[in-house]
Amino acid sequence: MTQTVPDERGRFGPYGGAFVPEILVPELIALEKAFRTAWTSKTFRAECTALLHTYVGRPTPLTFAERLSGRLGDIRIYLKREDLCHTGAHKINNTIGQILLARDMGKTRIIAETGAGQHGVATATVAARFGLRCIVYMGAVDIRRQALNVARMKLLGAEVRAATSGSQTLKDATNEAIRDWVSHPRDTFYIIGSVVGPHPYPMMVRNFHRIIGEETRTQLIQATGRSAPEALVACVGGGSNAIGIFYSFIDNPAVRLFGVEAAGEGLNARHAATLSLGRPGVLHGAMSYLLQDAQGQVELAHSISAGLDYPGVGPEHAWLKDLGRVHYLSVTDQEALEGVRMLSETEGIIPALETAHAIAALERIIPRVAPGGTFVVNCSGRGDKDMDTIMAHAA
Amino acid sequence: MSRLSAVLDATRASGQKAMGLFVTNGFPTPQDTPGILRELDRGGADFIELGMPFSDPLAEGLPIQRSSARALAAGTTMKDAFETVVSFRASSPTPVLLMGYINPILQYGVSRFCRDAQQSGIDGLIIPDLPPQEAAPLTEACRKAGLDLVFLVAPNSSDERVEFIDSLSTGFVYAVSVTGLTGSGLDRRMASIEEYLRRTRRLVRNNPLLVGFGIKTRQDAQRLCRHTDGFIVGSSLVREIEHLWDETTLPSAQRLERIRQFAYSLKPDT
Repeated sequence: MTQTVPDERGRFGPYGGAFVPEILVPELIALEKAFRTAWTSKTFRAECTALLHTYVGRPTPLTFAERLSGRLGDIRIYLKREDLCHTGAHKINNTIGQILLARDMGKTRIIAETGAGQHGVATATVAARFGLRCIVYMGAVDIRRQALNVARMKLLGAEVRAATSGSQTLKDATNEAIRDWVSHPRDTFYIIGSVVGPHPYPMMVRNFHRIIGEETRTQLIQATGRSAPEALVACVGGGSNAIGIFYSFIDNPAVRLFGVEAAGEGLNARHAATLSLGRPGVLHGAMSYLLQDAQGQVELAHSISAGLDYPGVGPEHAWLKDLGRVHYLSVTDQEALEGVRMLSETEGIIPALETAHAIAALERIIPRVAPGGTFVVNCSGRGDKDMDTIMAHAA
Repeated sequence: MSRLSAVLDATRASGQKAMGLFVTNGFPTPQDTPGILRELDRGGADFIELGMPFSDPLAEGLPIQRSSARALAAGTTMKDAFETVVSFRASSPTPVLLMGYINPILQYGVSRFCRDAQQSGIDGLIIPDLPPQEAAPLTEACRKAGLDLVFLVAPNSSDERVEFIDSLSTGFVYAVSVTGLTGSGLDRRMASIEEYLRRTRRLVRNNPLLVGFGIKTRQDAQRLCRHTDGFIVGSSLVREIEHLWDETTLPSAQRLERIRQFAYSLKPDT
């Protein structure tokens, strides 16, 4: 199954595709060609791997969470430590891959969208490393709540442009980035930060994050003697860290997969639980689940976590949901804050608010899996960037 | 032959260039749209492009983004576009195309949307985020309902792609003048735009070719129309309407009069 999707039109079942203005069609065709060539090129892959080892700090450890396991019951929880990647989250796996493609395609101007700022920082970082001009679009609301990451991007030489339309969050930052690309298709490379957007992005970004699951498999053998856990758990906004860790295990039906969305203030109030409560629709170039009103207008999402505050989701997740392969559940803002506290206190690891959703869901997931089972949680990012939010809610 | 094709043929036969004028439905307020359409018609529009507002209009520059947000805030829906055209049809046979993004149409239901549009007197659709390779269901529904479906070509479209788009488009082929958003500036790029339009003119054999995006004046229209059968003006008209409504002391009869004059001022000399 997994080796054959997406099809040549970029479809995961009915989802995906490339619903874009004509100006972007030639660019996406060129990008897909460049990506397919690069992905099968030994030179490209070797350069990518070398950077991941010597610059990003891969492989990231697989940490046995002994005290967290003890707190939650008769299970063994491992954390895949993407929070230890350079820049503090998994996002840089993808930006390394895309910046190499940009360079190979002769592009001189890098643009990106960002929500929490982690993808913006990861893009600004690789742009600095390769000496390319970088512009990051960020919602005006997110600029306020993620001030630290804005400062980091600026220090790294990127220009941060505020998206002031709509909800002034990730959705609107993405609109502005796409508009920029439509206006500068020849010299600009758009580094999308999740497994969203038009084909080939969902496939490409997934492939750059597959290393998370591949390392996990190898490390599990060393740690437990078995190559597969009973369950994998990851948070899902657009869904890049989740696909990254799931992908190597999708074909093994013995591994239960859990994706955790943001329930915000609750599923009856403002939330970002796209797969749980959305309907299929088209946003940002792809068909997927979407939070929308009866008229097909896109609704505003809400999450305490800027990285999950998005009304869409990657098309491959939509397909995995329909197939019943991944079970998606959701966690509220309040539960996520408790997740931050629990991991901090038991393991000495302060997770990002995004990651905390996966931690907080464990109590509900554990009863669904046989006792004594091995869990791997993708610890997708560290919480430094969220300290202001966390302190504001602790008061 | 569709009403749109008949109008474009007749315009060409008389040595004229066709003028399409765009305005967002429900902008500046839902009550204003019928009057504005009437003035555009009187001001010499050969067809009208009526925008259905969308929350995330990716291909639009600021004026049309603002007009969409304003129309949505006033509660404008897809059905309102149908009603606008029904009332326009009571007094005018001028073709009307709906411009909108694909998601609201998918939620409405593609077949039902096309049927309702046709029954409301709408002549065709322009969907900027639906390239032909994703359009099979809508193409089929438009064909069944007797609606034209206009596809767009861009300066970076290859020759093969322009021919492919021409083979699927009905009514006309819409040449986007620049790689940019609606309302983009043309000034420094005129020579290369003309070269692109000359190339496209040779490749588009099945349809009339109209140019749009960034045309603000009669001079712009006149220059680009040398290579096409007509042109479309949107953003600068929307901005003009914005200005007229910002002048709160202006009597509404004068606003409408100025819209008609603005439309008329765009029409190239022949």
